[in-house]
Amino acid sequence: MATRSQFENSSEIGVFSKLTNAYCLVAIGGSENFYSTFESELSDVIPVVKASIAGTRVIGRMCVGNKNGLLLPNSTTDQELLHMRNCLPDSVVVQRIDERLSALGNCITCNDYVALIHTDLDKETEELIADVLGVEVFRQTIAGNILVGSYCVFSNRGGLVHPHTSIEDLDELSSLLQVPLVAGTVNRGSEVVGAGLVVNDWTAFTGIDTTATELSVIESVFKLREAQPSAIVNEMRASLIDSMT
Amino acid sequence: MADGMAVADMFTVHHTVGRVLCCMCGVSMAPNAANMCVACLRSQVDITEDLQKHVTILYCPECERYLQPPRTWVKAQLESKELLTFCIKRLKNLTKVRLVDAGFIWTEPHSKRLKVKLKIQKEVVNGAILEQAYVVEYTVDDHMCDKCTRVAANPDQWIAKVQLRQKVDHKRTFFFLEQLIIKHQASSQCINIKQMHDGVDFFYSNRSHAIKFVDFLNNVVPIKFRNDKQLVSHDTHSNTYNYKFTFSVEICPVCRDDLVCLPQKVAASLGNIGPLVLCMRVSNNLMLLDPNTLRYAYHDCNQYWRVPYKALLSHKQLVEYIVLDVEAEPAISIGSNRFSQAHVQVARVSDFGKNDTIFTVKTHIGHLLSPGDHALGYDLYGANTNDMEMDKYKGLVLPDVVLVKKSYEETRQRKRGRARPWKLKSLAMEIDPAAATKQEEQKRAMEYERFLEELEEDPEMRSKIALYKDPNYVPGSETASMIDGEQPPSVPLDELLADLRLEGESRADSDEDEDMDED
Repeated sequence: MATRSQFENSSEIGVFSKLTNAYCLVAIGGSENFYSTFESELSDVIPVVKASIAGTRVIGRMCVGNKNGLLLPNSTTDQELLHMRNCLPDSVVVQRIDERLSALGNCITCNDYVALIHTDLDKETEELIADVLGVEVFRQTIAGNILVGSYCVFSNRGGLVHPHTSIEDLDELSSLLQVPLVAGTVNRGSEVVGAGLVVNDWTAFTGIDTTATELSVIESVFKLREAQPSAIVNEMRASLIDSMT
Repeated sequence: MADGMAVADMFTVHHTVGRVLCCMCGVSMAPNAANMCVACLRSQVDITEDLQKHVTILYCPECERYLQPPRTWVKAQLESKELLTFCIKRLKNLTKVRLVDAGFIWTEPHSKRLKVKLKIQKEVVNGAILEQAYVVEYTVDDHMCDKCTRVAANPDQWIAKVQLRQKVDHKRTFFFLEQLIIKHQASSQCINIKQMHDGVDFFYSNRSHAIKFVDFLNNVVPIKFRNDKQLVSHDTHSNTYNYKFTFSVEICPVCRDDLVCLPQKVAASLGNIGPLVLCMRVSNNLMLLDPNTLRYAYHDCNQYWRVPYKALLSHKQLVEYIVLDVEAEPAISIGSNRFSQAHVQVARVSDFGKNDTIFTVKTHIGHLLSPGDHALGYDLYGANTNDMEMDKYKGLVLPDVVLVKKSYEETRQRKRGRARPWKLKSLAMEIDPAAATKQEEQKRAMEYERFLEELEEDPEMRSKIALYKDPNYVPGSETASMIDGEQPPSVPLDELLADLRLEGESRADSDEDEDMDED
């Protein structure tokens, strides 16, 4: 299910949080409300970690990650890096990368298998992304915007892109990512979907301004209605039992 | 060429605009800046919110003008372009939006309401531009303008007055001037015209109008004027003063056909002309002609007022003579006039058959006269002149007679009382009650008749004014007079103007409600 929330009166919650299938990072706010929203939804499945990057709260725009790893910009302090290494599961590789474009969240977007990156990123960064996150990397733009992380959000089950994306672009991206995509908006018509939405395979959080229509689009494209953290196990169980017999 | 090929060969991806769901209502639509369908955008924002929907405008029912604050009054017809401009200008905050279209919605003329439909554009969320039409209702409040209030309080209210005077005992100048004023529409801003003793008063509601009129007079007649102002009221706080202005204008007393004895100084400055000269024409200067020598001079208005002189003998003292013999020289042209020096033998008509007094004189109208004709002239032989200027000339020999013009009195007498095929317009003048005696009126009528005859005699004078066809004129039997040969001069019909006649505007406004278009 998708949940609406806000961070200190801002609907751009994608700026202040990072959600993957293996962990969730949340900015350190003035109150516990924002953190509690994530905690109540996720605490019994994945760790919800309060973090800052380079002393800022805009962590969602600074880092990028999936269940395999987490990439942090060069400006991250050692202490912060250490804190995240301690809090995240051992299977998650936390890596600091030396990239000129330090807002990694804006320049890169990924699920557990594929990543779209800003066209100007270094070759080394591209290799690092492939290694650390274990993904196939594509240099892409979304509806003419090079900040793919801002204008595109996708999980392993579906994705939401900038509303001006043409049908041809949508088809191309969809075939690259191997997930169904839809053009849409969050936060009552905002086209910066990356800022208004964080999503993983079974849950999503959106800005408080998101309308019911937008929410229903999000739930349907990310297939959140039937999704449960354990769904995958249930699906597998059927096939497992099938194969056992 | 190669470039063109390259462009043509290049593969371009075709982009089909996708459809997104409206973020409010979920309807499928093409993406826009707000990512909201138009209906939702309308319901979310009202761009006419801080615009006026009701406005009160002030209207003066007397002069049918609208108040453009702070104090300008503009004239505009209902449903006119001017009124629409005025209405739109009255709206506040309209600069914050873009006006696309405006038009009147029909309202009853007596409803005192104007309705204007405006279509505006404004940028709303995320740079989306919304267009919306709305109606502004104007309430027309009656409010008399300052000027009309003044007029209503006292219709004779005037700010400036032009007192036009000529110190002579006839009104020829004023008859002619009246026609000039009509032709040039010089009195269009006049609020009242009053006939006074020796002249006419023109009243104006504005000083500049009076100045304009004085300027006009300065161009057509030799005048001198002075102006004065009287303080009516003043406000010490705002330092405003309210004056009444009076322009006292005097017209030179020398008229056409007057005999003048020039002062020595003037005669010398004009090349020792005269000193006995006839005034041939009066415009903004005087044309003086010496009948003895055919020398002529133009005497400027300014120069005249430096050394003014009066007529020795004027129009009224003209005496009728009968021409007995003419010895004329060939005619010469001076300006548009023709003159011919001649020695003429004349006798007074009054003497005719009583004595044998015959005068032999030199005259300038020899080409017009033939034996047996009547002519008008000044009888210096019998005149008792009393002129200071003339006394200053030592040993001046006066001619016995100065002939001025040919007389058509005899032939005219038969025609008198018959209607003319033309007429003149006249100014609406208020007549001074003191001057409105029966005697005065008779005198005036006679002078006016003389003026009309003079017009018939002089085509040059006619050319300066406008004559109109008389629609009531029925051509009578001209045959009787045709027989006697000589005709008194008359106005050729092609010189006359047809008067403008407005047909009754009878078209009723019955079909107007069909024009009404509601949407």
